[in-house]
Amino acid sequence: MNIHPTTAGMLLAGILFVLGLISILVRRDIIFMLLSVEVMLNAAGLAFVVASAHWGRADGQVMFIFILAMAAAEVSVGLALILQLYHQLKTLDSDEAAKMNG
Amino acid sequence: MMGLTFYIAAAIAVIATVMVITRYNIMHALLYLVVSLLAVAVVLYLYGAPFIAALEVIVYAGAIMVLLIFFVMMLNLGKESAIQEQQWLKPRIWIFPSLLCLVLLGELVFLISQNHQPPSAIKVVDPKAVGMALFGPYMAAVELTGILLMAGIVGAYHLGRQKEKTLHRFLEN
Repeated sequence: MNIHPTTAGMLLAGILFVLGLISILVRRDIIFMLLSVEVMLNAAGLAFVVASAHWGRADGQVMFIFILAMAAAEVSVGLALILQLYHQLKTLDSDEAAKMNG
Repeated sequence: MMGLTFYIAAAIAVIATVMVITRYNIMHALLYLVVSLLAVAVVLYLYGAPFIAALEVIVYAGAIMVLLIFFVMMLNLGKESAIQEQQWLKPRIWIFPSLLCLVLLGELVFLISQNHQPPSAIKVVDPKAVGMALFGPYMAAVELTGILLMAGIVGAYHLGRQKEKTLHRFLEN
């Protein structure tokens, strides 16, 4: 039980990241893929904050704020894209988009 | 004491994330994702980042999740969605996320009442230091983030616009 706090936090971040990665590889619903990207971004931010706590520097937390802003922008554009895809194809199956030719 | 609270919050985060990636219904997945983000916020608080924990709750669990939920609700409009809503909101759907949230709440109350001090291996970075770094050496990055958000707004507006149907005027009726 006596793991170093930094190790424990990094392990948690790694587990969450891998769960997101598994989800994005396995799921075919495009909204679930977007959710998995969110989980992975969140895990990366957690790793940054844990590193920040380890070194006692503010840079990791600054990076987390940037990741947060990027996630917000990414979700808004991603949802708009999904909306267009849904109107075009009437489905949220990401395999359907493979048939789209310009 | 940090150890036990950390392990409980970490276990909740992992369980909730596993539930997210195994759900078939997108709404249930979103419910669990909110729990997962709240658990990660508790972990962030334990790692000496109270400001970041608050941002996680407000922006991730608040704004981004509400955006996703609104979007999912927007996609299936109509009478069926109300019936579907009734089917979705059964106790066995919401009771497990609520239980996880209650555990998190208990942990938070415990931490606040204990006047919690992180162990020596963790150095607390106060919000002031974050602000000084953000608007000192990282100034250019902050401005670029603003431009990124602007691009996000313009992109979402442009992509989300419905293409108006242009029928030929002889075909209109």
